[in-house]
Amino acid sequence: MINIIENKCDFCGTCVGVCPANCIDVDEASILINHKKCIDCDLCVYICPIEVLESINEA
Amino acid sequence: MKPSYDIIVVGGGPAGTMTAKYAAENGADVCVLEKTRDIGYPVRCGEAVGHDGITQFVEMQKNWIAEKINSCTLVSPEGTKLDVPFANETGYILNRRIFDYDLSRLASKAGAQIFTKVKVQGLLFENDKIIGVKVNHLGEDKEIKGKIIVGADGVDSRVGRWAGLKTTVKIRDMESCMQYSVSNIDVKRNNMTMFVGKNYAPGGYLWIFPKGDNFANIGLGISGKYSKHKSAKKYLDEFMSREFPDASIHTSMCGGCPIAYPIKKPVADNIMIVGDAAHHINPVTGGGITPAMKSGMLAGIVGAEAIKYNDQSEKFLEKYVKAIDKDFTKRHHTLYKIKEAISQLSDEDINGIARNIDSIPTEKRTLRKVFMSSMLKKPSLIIDVMRIFTGL
Repeated sequence: MINIIENKCDFCGTCVGVCPANCIDVDEASILINHKKCIDCDLCVYICPIEVLESINEA
Repeated sequence: MKPSYDIIVVGGGPAGTMTAKYAAENGADVCVLEKTRDIGYPVRCGEAVGHDGITQFVEMQKNWIAEKINSCTLVSPEGTKLDVPFANETGYILNRRIFDYDLSRLASKAGAQIFTKVKVQGLLFENDKIIGVKVNHLGEDKEIKGKIIVGADGVDSRVGRWAGLKTTVKIRDMESCMQYSVSNIDVKRNNMTMFVGKNYAPGGYLWIFPKGDNFANIGLGISGKYSKHKSAKKYLDEFMSREFPDASIHTSMCGGCPIAYPIKKPVADNIMIVGDAAHHINPVTGGGITPAMKSGMLAGIVGAEAIKYNDQSEKFLEKYVKAIDKDFTKRHHTLYKIKEAISQLSDEDINGIARNIDSIPTEKRTLRKVFMSSMLKKPSLIIDVMRIFTGL
């Protein structure tokens, strides 16, 4: 699962651009991930310029 | 805000406002929906443009220009500095806040309506046909009808995806970017500096773009192929602490820059995609302002025509695709190949090339020669490079 590190995001939308599942919604000052649609590819984690996103193991 | 428009443009950057300006000038009833509270802010851009690019659309205004650029310095991984004076080119570092704002004023002057704080949440469908957008405007949910929806919604575009168009950027074609606007630094005026190499910015470059005395945009883009291992911010912070430890940071910004082929299909029935959302960016430089304005202009003109002839089908809107194909698509394909060739060069290759160019007297150096030398590893590209610089 992808975790958003709170208060770190700049809402640039780079993660939205690479997300193959179209499951990230970035607004002027908010970011939301639809975990039901997320396919855990972690591309958003890799591309984020400022390391806002992290992949966490659900187990 | 009216309940319906001929053309609804989603996004208030240069692509969106140019679409609106040209559509309105050609008789369409147009609105621009911007999600943030301000047109032109936050800036997510290095702000470098060419004089010839911008003046295709608008006359340069003094207050848009933070710095005039008439030379560039390329720094190789081992530190060879190549000064390349511009021959016929003139560049600028813009004040995007003012520039974008003024473009939106031009759109408004042409008759378009501009709205900020409008979050577009999806498309409106009727029997599978797109008939408008669902929005939240200042906290209130609304539906706005439109005959054509233009996706000018940037790197995080969703309009195209909602319409079934493929605007997603492959990770290898996305540059992860970070930039600081800084003071208390000593940088050369009227000159842009670019650092290349794996230590500075793997799969991209690091830039210093001056904006007046002791002030500059310092930023970098790294390829999505490498950002997994170390983030853009880490690369930039390392550079800053090494080169400019006393700098004050006035703005920090990050963002993504798609350096991909233009999307194959930027139209569908009642839909057009322009600018960054359609990957209309120079894949070598990452410069997207001029191509965004161009695709906006062409989409605006075709959109107005589609309204006039009461035909907003994909077939009619293909005219826009033909127009951008004729204008820059082929060029961007060539530039993409050049980007790929450059990305395959090792730091040692680049050092060799830089030493080679260093032996050419400065006054005889041209951007063309620099690019030509960098292509020696793949001679077939020289012909492509020639085409670019001779404008064929």
